[in-house]
Parts: sequence; structure tokens; C-alpha cells
Amino acid sequence: MPSVRSSSRWMVIGLIALLLAVAPLPIASAPPTERRFRIEASSFHYTPETISVNPGDHVTIDLVATDVVHGLYLDGYDLNVTADPGQTTSLSFIVDRSGAFRFRCSVTCGALHPFMIGKFNVGNNDLLWRSIGLAALAVVAVAWSRPR
Amino acid sequence: MTPAAHRLNLLDRPSVKAALVNRWPQLILRIVALAGFLIAIVSGLIGTPVGSHNFGIVFVWIAWWALLMLIAVPVFGRGWCSICPIPLPGEWLQNGAVLGPQKKGFSLNRKWPKRLRNIWLQNIAFTLVALFSAVILTQPGITAMVLLAFLFVAVGASVIFERRIFCRYLCPVGGFIGLYSQLAPTEIRVKDAAVCAAHTVKTCYTGSADGYGCPWLLYPGALTKNTYCGTCLECLRTCPHDNLAFNIRSLGADLRQPAGRKLDEAFKAFIMLGAALIYSAVMLGPWGALKSAAYSIGSGPWLMYAVSFLGLIFGVLPALFLLAVAAGRALSGSKATLKKSFVTFAYTLVPLGLTAWMAFSLSFAFANFSYVWPVLSDPLGAGWNLFGAANVSWQPYLTSIVPALQAGVLIAGLVWACATARQIAAETQAERAALIHALPVMGFCCLVTLALMGLLIA
Repeated sequence: MPSVRSSSRWMVIGLIALLLAVAPLPIASAPPTERRFRIEASSFHYTPETISVNPGDHVTIDLVATDVVHGLYLDGYDLNVTADPGQTTSLSFIVDRSGAFRFRCSVTCGALHPFMIGKFNVGNNDLLWRSIGLAALAVVAVAWSRPR
Repeated sequence: MTPAAHRLNLLDRPSVKAALVNRWPQLILRIVALAGFLIAIVSGLIGTPVGSHNFGIVFVWIAWWALLMLIAVPVFGRGWCSICPIPLPGEWLQNGAVLGPQKKGFSLNRKWPKRLRNIWLQNIAFTLVALFSAVILTQPGITAMVLLAFLFVAVGASVIFERRIFCRYLCPVGGFIGLYSQLAPTEIRVKDAAVCAAHTVKTCYTGSADGYGCPWLLYPGALTKNTYCGTCLECLRTCPHDNLAFNIRSLGADLRQPAGRKLDEAFKAFIMLGAALIYSAVMLGPWGALKSAAYSIGSGPWLMYAVSFLGLIFGVLPALFLLAVAAGRALSGSKATLKKSFVTFAYTLVPLGLTAWMAFSLSFAFANFSYVWPVLSDPLGAGWNLFGAANVSWQPYLTSIVPALQAGVLIAGLVWACATARQIAAETQAERAALIHALPVMGFCCLVTLALMGLLIA
């Protein structure tokens, strides 16, 4: 039967875990601005490979396909745009979700098409920091516990 | 308390027992898998060369891989091996029968060389497939050739050697399925070892009119781990004393068995962990130059990629782990040799590796699973529309929640790995010394988890 001390310990760990998982992070973000990015898509990468914005920004992406038809599907936002070779297609939206999102080619463009990926970073990656915190807490909890 | 006290034998339910002992359900699943396998080869050879529209690529590397890593291995261990189509033609030839032991088959039935009775060949085979994966996974013709090569080697092994030598010692996939099957909540074990000891004929190993002797060259009476049990179910059929159980058990029960830990299996853990890290960077990262290097086989960048790939798997990861083990050993005053500690603690990486692969597969599979529907309708790219889904367009699934799922899986793997490290250390040392021994290994697991988080959710 677990002792009172042991039960208290696990309650504290549980509370810290809950805080790490859901408590708002005290990090101020920059005021929203208009942002415009030109992304060149060529087999099988985007240039730039990563773009970073802040929550609330009004973002316009000009997608330029340099060789064959390419697309850009933004994970988490479910937005999609395609561009013919040599053409530019624009996509505008307001950034309303924080975190790190992948964008990926949405038009079959060749062998490595499924792996043609870029990254769209929005503000602070809460999920990453919370995950690191929870992982650290979990390791401490395991170290604290008795092996079965 | 005996191990059986923590287990639920599914064979106690007559319907389950009947379904598992009867050969027909297994044969039907095997034939379906074999048909899919053959269609994958044919579509690779004569179907569309566009990978994301080719049945072989989509079914093998997206659908099968996702089901294997996210469901089959974590839940059923080697359950896939029970219906895997690759060894079937050779096994049928060897047995001279498709359904049961009736005729004399065709095989020289040679013994496998003693010095090769380990998984080093499987380690090498998997490493080679992984090294060339950027091409294998994207070129239908190459996928078909690789699948044909597996089939050819499997048939050759069955014709020359006894039983399932291909599965036991050669299959590149079987090696890691075996390693990770130690974590599965299912197992086949004997109910009472004393019954086996008293049974002098050992029909589970020699075979009988009811079934084949263990194709995996195991004596079920001595079975303590899932690693090499292919869940072929033959022992359920050949045991005259109804002494076999198909158990539900706690996760990772085999990791709590100190016996049978080996260097070849330890390196399998490093190969799998390293490959998960590299795949996450190459296939899911934004670095175009890295993707091009992995794809352009024979070029200068590819050679650098290959050296880095092999260096990480066989050099950096084992060296860092060895340092961690040596530090823990020195700080805790352990009397175990460094090699024994290295091998023993490497099993910590089994849950870490499986969860790393699950996290990788979550992103890869959900992003690409919608390719399955069109190729089902038009498997050969011949303009068919068998199920009305040939024109379903690509649509990633669950992209909003996949990163959170990945984070959860990685944290669970880290906890599992750390708990395993503590439990392994506690096998030979008192509690405080065991904790000190385990801490550097736990630190190594943290570093790997952070790297995976950086690659997958950052």
C-alpha cells in the first residue's frame, strides 16, 4: 500500500505535469504586422526552407514554381495553393495558430515529392517547450520512483 | 507469484482457440497478403513510375509501414510474421503443401551455419535498405526489385536450408520486428514447463500429423521472449497436451527477463534508433540539400551522407551510449564488465526506438495515407476505377493534432526507457547504486528524445 509521503509526492508531480501541460506561458509576442514572403519551389525543396512569423500577422506567401508544377499545403491551417512553372501564385491569411507547422508540396512533382517539405514557425512553439518540460518531469519522476 | 498470474490466456475462450488453431483463417490472411505483395511487384514493374500513384510504393511504404509500426508491432509483436507473404512460396515448396503437413516437400533441409546463428546479417541487410531508402521508397521499379530479391532469397533459403531460415536469420524487417516484439502485450508461451519436460517426443519441435515442428527453430518449452517466435501458431496445433497459451500480458514483459541479452540485438537497437533520427531529418525535415544527397546515390554528397549515416549508427550513438554506461558503472561501483553493461543497458533503447519510429510514422503516414484510395481503385495505373476512388485527391489527415500525438509518444517512450534502465540496473545492484548506474543512460535517452522532438515537432 503506498505511503502518505509517496502519495503526496505523486500528487505534486501530477500537479506540476498539469501546469506544464495547460498553464499559459508568460511570453509576450510582437504586435501583428503585414508580412510578405516569396517562396521558390523547385524539385524537391523550398527556398527559404523555413519562415517565421508572429501570431496575428497578416501573411502573404508568393509561391513561385521554378521547374515543374508545385504546390504548398500548410499543415494545421489546411491551406493549399499551387503554382505553374514560372508563375507566381499568392496565398494570404491571418496567422491565428502558434507553433511549428510543416508545409508540403501538394502536386506530385517527382520522386521525392512526398518529402518536399518546409517549415512555418509561428511565435513561440508552446508544444515543444511544454513537451520538454513534461519529459524532464517524467524523467525526474522515474528517478524518484522505486523500480518494480 | 508466477508469471502466469499476470497473464490472460485467450485460448481459454473456445472461439478464439478454434480461430487460431484452425489453419483456414491464417491461410486466407496469408493469401490476401501474398496477393497484395505480388500486385506491389507487378505494379512496380509495369505500373506508373510516379511513386505517389503507384500501388507498390503506396501500399508497401505508406499503408503497410503505418499499420506495421503503429498497430501490428506495438500490439501484436511478431503478428505480421504470422501472415507475411515473403516466405510463403518457399515454405509451401519446402513443405510440399499449402495448408497442412500432408506431403513430402522439396528442400535439402541443411542446417544453418552455427557462426551465423545471430541477427548480424539482418542488421546488415536492414542498414543497406535504410541507406538506400530515399531511392527504394520513391522508385516503383526499385521497390519491385527489392521485393523480388526478398522473395528470391526466401525461396532459396527454404530450398537449401531447413524451416524458416530466411525469417530467423536473413529478413531485414524481421530483425527489428523481433526486437520490438519484446514490448508487445501478447505472447505465446507454455502453460506448464513440467508438462513439456515430461513430453519426450517434443512434437512442438519435431512436428506431427497435426502441424509442423517449430518453423522458427524454437523449443516452446524454453521460450521466455517473443524475439524469435514468429507466432506461426504451429505449436498450438502440435501440442498433444493443450499446454500452449496465447497470453495477454503487461507491456514490455520480455525486457524484465535478464537472460538472453546479446550484442547483435543491442546493435539492432542502435541501428533502429539511428535510422529513426536520420529518417526524421531527411524525410520530414526542410533541408533540400540533405534530401538530394540521400537520393543521388554514388555522388559526392551521397558518399558524405552514407558516411554520416553509418557513422551515426555504428559510431556516434554506440560511443555516446558506451560513455554513459561507463560513467554509470564507475559511479555506482558495478562489478559487471563494461561489455556486459553495454549490452544489458542497450535494451533500454528498445522502447525508445519503437516510440521514435511510431512518432516518425505518425507524421509520414497521416500526411500521405490519402494516396491509398486512388491506388486501390487503380492498382496498376491502367486507368481503372475499381472502387470509384481513382480521382480522390491528396489530403493530409489530422495535421493539427499529429505533433501533439508525436510529443506524447516520445515522452511515453522516454519514460518507458528510463524505467527500463532503472529496472535493468536493479537486477544486479541495490536501489541507490542502481539508480546511480542508470542515471547516465537515462541522460542519453533524454538527449535522443530532445533530438527527436527537435526534428519532429520543432
